[in-house]
Amino acid sequence: MPPGKRQLVMGNMACMRGAIYAGMRFYAGYPITPSTEIAEGCARELPKLGGRFIQMEDEIASISAVIGAAVAGSKAMTATSGPGYSLMQENIGYAYMIEAPCVVVNVQRGGPSTGLPTKVSQSDTMQVRWGTHGDYTAIAVAPSTVEDTFTETIRAFNLAERFRTPVTILLDEVIGHMQEMVSFPEPGECEVVDRTRPTCVPSAYMAYGPTKNCVNPMPVYGQGYRWYATGLTHDGYGFPTDKPDEVVGKLDKLRNKIEHYESEICKVRAEYMDDAEIVLVSYGSVSRTALQVAKLARGAGVKVGFIQLQTVWPFPLKQLRELLGNAKHVIVAELNMGQIVGEVERIVQSGTRVHSLLRYDGDIFTPMQFLAKIEEVRK
Amino acid sequence: MSIAAKEAGARQDSDVVLRYLRPHVKFPNMWCPGCGNGVVATSLIRAIDKLGIPRDNVVLVSGIGCSSRMPVYLDFQALHTTHGRALAFATGVKFSRPDLKVIVITGDGDCLSIGGNHLIHACRRNIDITTILINNYIYGMTGGQTSPTTPAGAHATTTPFGNTEKQFEACDLARGAGASFIARTTVYHTTQMDRLIMEAIQHRGFSLVEVISNCHTYYGRLNRVGQATQLLRMFQEKASTQPKDPNMVDEDSKDMIQTGIIHRDTEKTELCDEYQKLTDSLAKGKSS
Repeated sequence: MPPGKRQLVMGNMACMRGAIYAGMRFYAGYPITPSTEIAEGCARELPKLGGRFIQMEDEIASISAVIGAAVAGSKAMTATSGPGYSLMQENIGYAYMIEAPCVVVNVQRGGPSTGLPTKVSQSDTMQVRWGTHGDYTAIAVAPSTVEDTFTETIRAFNLAERFRTPVTILLDEVIGHMQEMVSFPEPGECEVVDRTRPTCVPSAYMAYGPTKNCVNPMPVYGQGYRWYATGLTHDGYGFPTDKPDEVVGKLDKLRNKIEHYESEICKVRAEYMDDAEIVLVSYGSVSRTALQVAKLARGAGVKVGFIQLQTVWPFPLKQLRELLGNAKHVIVAELNMGQIVGEVERIVQSGTRVHSLLRYDGDIFTPMQFLAKIEEVRK
Repeated sequence: MSIAAKEAGARQDSDVVLRYLRPHVKFPNMWCPGCGNGVVATSLIRAIDKLGIPRDNVVLVSGIGCSSRMPVYLDFQALHTTHGRALAFATGVKFSRPDLKVIVITGDGDCLSIGGNHLIHACRRNIDITTILINNYIYGMTGGQTSPTTPAGAHATTTPFGNTEKQFEACDLARGAGASFIARTTVYHTTQMDRLIMEAIQHRGFSLVEVISNCHTYYGRLNRVGQATQLLRMFQEKASTQPKDPNMVDEDSKDMIQTGIIHRDTEKTELCDEYQKLTDSLAKGKSS
């Protein structure tokens, strides 16, 4: 498809095209509903661009190959859904540890286990944050439209490259399979970020040495920088260590490189917030319904505001604290049994009451459900 | 050869090995005294050096276990990955960068148990990766548990009354899965090991070199077969370049270790080459 035109495309295709726009030239994956169209798209498009597509033997192998390609010098991606995302967890942790930039797409479906393969869900929200063992800080974006999916995929790659970390795109079955009109930008119109390369002589290179912003330049394989990558806790050269100060240094680095740059990472959309008394907080496909409901409520004279978490992780707590300062009621709507609501409860002032609007039957919210909840809260 | 000439040769040999060790890593290494892993490491260094492969073109990928610690000591680009996944990571490195020489260092637990699925699929794809599988019949790092190559009846900490399971034959498995170069040697046969590793690296396609090694600390002790020297003696006595008797008529034949090149197919197409042909033909189609 030529760029620069308005086209009707599926969310999963927009994700694939966003990745290619961002420079992704390596894809490894394993078929799973409802994400498979991303793999199929990459299998078709990547060889035409001189890129590489490989269908691996399982999701563990897929994320492994993606990390291998990423450290060798490529921008790499895989896409999956709940069960596959669970299988990838150990190696996503490896990517955090060795600081490998890569993108993992999770087109969410109902769980646990095989769950509801063809139905929508947002029940992996917490798995993104806490899925792999150990302490780390995650980045995840959650688009709510097909066009968003294109631009947020580019942003996911930019964040991965900028901060040398795996980034998860939290899609859901509704956005993944929805068809909408998208205006695709020309090459050069959207910013594309590449990881920094070392400029020092190879002998002076420290893979994880001290830096100003906690992110180290990353060499391409084969250019003389023979660095050592290991999942073991490591020192500045990348060699295994269990010295307490070096262990703390490494773990602090993993946290600080993201937490110190939250304002650069966190993106929140706010509408009708000036005098809002009841605020709807949502992310992903739920934000579509929530925005519609806010419009309807405003039309009826009810002071309802709308907040969409475009970045789910790190949780945009500074922005939310500011935005929710005067709210009497916050309704957090999610397609799960209540996951992000706990994060909201942690940050609101004592005068604000937090309510949960949940749905986990595999279907989407109706505006009526929202309106009924608003009525209930106002009483 | 005079003693002086032999000593000079050994000095030259150790000079070669020293040139490839990492300057920032503290020795001694973590392996038990007498462990076969060091023998394999020096053989790999000699093979790469003799082949004249530029050091920066080599990528060592390993998983988890005693043998998988090898890349930390050798001064090549290295990726020390998660348990069992070395071949999947290596596939990502090689498929995205066919210009690199990708060598996987793995053990019997890493490669044949948790990583068995990745082994058979790497063989099937015939991707140009050289795998050095150090088989010591036991889990060493975790303290002597049974592995897929522990012989029936043998003792491990998780088979305290003897192993009731059957063993994998790694080379047969690789052959069945489609690997195009398969060889076996032991840590006693270092000259043969050098040659086989060189041939494996030069082979275009998936190559597997199984090196039978000694874990006297656990396998030797738990099965009362002695120290490193006794195990090496056993490898020397049991090794033969002749194939096993398929009917197992001869009782001794059951325990023998067939060494040398077991299978070589130079006609089989390689994954990266085939994909390159595909991208080239698509690019041609676009330009015409």
